[in-house]
Amino acid sequence: MKNHTLYNTPVGETVRICKLHAKGTIRRRLLDIGLTKGAKATCLYQSPAGDPKAYLIRGAVIALRSEQSRQIEVK
Amino acid sequence: MGLTNNSTGSSANAFDLDIKKTSPNDVVVALAGNPNVGKSTVFNSLTGLKQHTGNWPGKTVGNAQGHYTYSGKTYTLVDIPGAYSLSAHSAEEEIARDFICFGGSDVTVVVCDATCLLRNLNLVLQTLEITNKVVVCVNLMDEAKRKKIEINCKKLSKELGVPVVATSAREGKGLKILTEAISRVAAANALPKGCWVVYQPEIEEAIDMVMSSLKNLKAHINLRWLSLQLLDLDESLRHALISHLGQDLMAIPKIADAIKKAKEHLAANGFDEVRLRDAVVADIYKKAEAICKEAVLYLDTEYNRRQLKIDRLVTGKATGIPIMILLLLFVLWLTITGANYPSALLSSALFKLQDYLLAGFAAVDVPAWLYEPLVLGVYRVLAWVVSVMLPPMAIFFPLFTLLEDLGYLPRVAFNLDACFKKCHACGKQALTMCMGFGCNAAGVVGCRIIDSPRERTIAILTNCFVPCNGRFPGLIAIITMFFVAKTTGIVATVWATLCLAFVILLGIGMTFFASFVLSKTLFKGIPSAFTLELPPYRRPQIGKVIVRSVFDRTLFVLGRAVAMAAPAGLVIYVMANLQIGGLSLLAHCADFLDPFARLLGLDGVILMAFILGFPANEIVIPIAVMAYMSTGVITEMESLNSLQMVLRAQGWTWLTAACTIIFSMFHWPCSTTLISIKKETGSFFLTAVGFLLPTLVGMLLCFLLRSFVHIFMGL
Repeated sequence: MKNHTLYNTPVGETVRICKLHAKGTIRRRLLDIGLTKGAKATCLYQSPAGDPKAYLIRGAVIALRSEQSRQIEVK
Repeated sequence: MGLTNNSTGSSANAFDLDIKKTSPNDVVVALAGNPNVGKSTVFNSLTGLKQHTGNWPGKTVGNAQGHYTYSGKTYTLVDIPGAYSLSAHSAEEEIARDFICFGGSDVTVVVCDATCLLRNLNLVLQTLEITNKVVVCVNLMDEAKRKKIEINCKKLSKELGVPVVATSAREGKGLKILTEAISRVAAANALPKGCWVVYQPEIEEAIDMVMSSLKNLKAHINLRWLSLQLLDLDESLRHALISHLGQDLMAIPKIADAIKKAKEHLAANGFDEVRLRDAVVADIYKKAEAICKEAVLYLDTEYNRRQLKIDRLVTGKATGIPIMILLLLFVLWLTITGANYPSALLSSALFKLQDYLLAGFAAVDVPAWLYEPLVLGVYRVLAWVVSVMLPPMAIFFPLFTLLEDLGYLPRVAFNLDACFKKCHACGKQALTMCMGFGCNAAGVVGCRIIDSPRERTIAILTNCFVPCNGRFPGLIAIITMFFVAKTTGIVATVWATLCLAFVILLGIGMTFFASFVLSKTLFKGIPSAFTLELPPYRRPQIGKVIVRSVFDRTLFVLGRAVAMAAPAGLVIYVMANLQIGGLSLLAHCADFLDPFARLLGLDGVILMAFILGFPANEIVIPIAVMAYMSTGVITEMESLNSLQMVLRAQGWTWLTAACTIIFSMFHWPCSTTLISIKKETGSFFLTAVGFLLPTLVGMLLCFLLRSFVHIFMGL
């Protein structure tokens, strides 16, 4: 089965965070903006080049690059 | 584009925790909060200062300070940079953490965004672990109301154990209650313990183990918080602790031993470093969720549809980039068109005044050797600077500030991030680049919003590839004189706009190119993580925008230009009139530079003007004109047409104009910018790179263009 990550969440869809694969300070940053286990995230729109994409996370719109969103497992 | 006294002046190095009290009895209040929650607006409303505000995360990068009095006591308010948490990932978050922990503030106000309170509580709860002298200010209540979010501050206050005040700082609501709450907390001798997050049992046990070893530590630090930090100590906090406590806790055997045992205890229960961090943040968020459940009511869970529609349009695949370019063109067109008429008016008025001044001085028998340098040197350059610079700035700055207030700039960063990523740089560089349009020195300081030191350095070194406001008027003048002179009316302004836009896009292109080259050579590395908050659009406060951009930015920049131009005018006059061996000193210098300058398609005078313009780019063109006029016939300088005649008489062709434009875009940064680069990087080497990089690029481009034209077009 293909891994569901935040990156391949289609625009307009809402998912729940399962697991973070990021390490170090990036992991800490993602946690701090509210990407803890079970948190909801909605993919709102993407930039002209398709990356980064903007997500609704805990009430705020936050842009993430594919390098980060690929490391976030969702369901 | 935080271009104010604060960002470019003496306090640009606000990394330090130097508090400027009016008297030793001052109450020090720290203003903390997530980025872009309106801290600066709260700060301004309380202190009456004009700390620059803008709708994008990370615009306050230093510690701004101000004072206010409340019932006879003076409060020193310190606006610290926005931070998502106190675990410090970036230079700004480090400042924020160090100030809350060790800054010695009497009260910490945590400003929260009412529209996403949950995430803001993360910072509140972390702050409460350090101190209970906290006031929580839930700002942007007006926005929350519009989004149908109801917040019960009483319940929130009960849950958090500290005063909670609801405010709408932009409308000035709730600020009086805030000052009351601050004074109450400041005056209280003993405060109830604030809300603490209770972590999982194993973590609590580990905290206790470390805490018992710290019992004898005499320091104004919350020991529970310190214990938790010691379990997972990052380097920056370790250094901060050492300098604050005067000793390295890790070097004390008893403490080191306790930490080791506590870590073993954690490890035995499956908590390695990663799991510990995750668990800590997860527990904080769990607590925050529980609090929000009690105190926050979402009546409408749908994300704002109108905002989403606009965002999808301005970041769309087909529409995002064109809208950006159209906006740029529109702003430039308005600037050029709007500046034409007042510019001509100003210059004719100021030059008429020059005649009166000359006549007046002569009439009251002031000796000519005294008034001529003053009038023909100092006054004339000043007149030039004012008439050429003021109108475009007075139009460009407010327009730009409007876009900034609206919240458009983060979208620019979002759109351009892919390009920056290809250059192995950070998308936030788009924000600092935009600041560079205002002032490169401010742009350089603004680079603090970039987390990765490597990407920050790249952004700092490439900032002056975009023309600052000091260079705009000169560019506009040359373009108008040499590239659109044959046309008139609307065609001319449209054509001038396109030329200017092309020049700016060239600058942006060079920014990408230079970033790319730097990241492949001096600063190798992969792009780091990128998280950028896209704030909701906010209706700009037109009146405030105009007042702020005119008084705070335009007049400040103009004032600096005038301060630099006055002595430069005098120097030029003296150089032009000091004869050595039958030739003026000016001519000697210009002759000396001439052979080299010719290689670049310039001439000796232009190159000398660039060198003398080192203190401020604004004065380069005026100096060149002064120099020409003092060597040639003095002409009435009432319009660009007559100026063009002077320049053509000095041998200017379209190639000279093109090379001057290129060199104006790419040459050494002004002295203020270089000082900022030195301050921000702390390295002479990098400052030298910052000096040489644009200079070499400019020289190379000019040389190539000139050679190409000479060889293929026979000019």
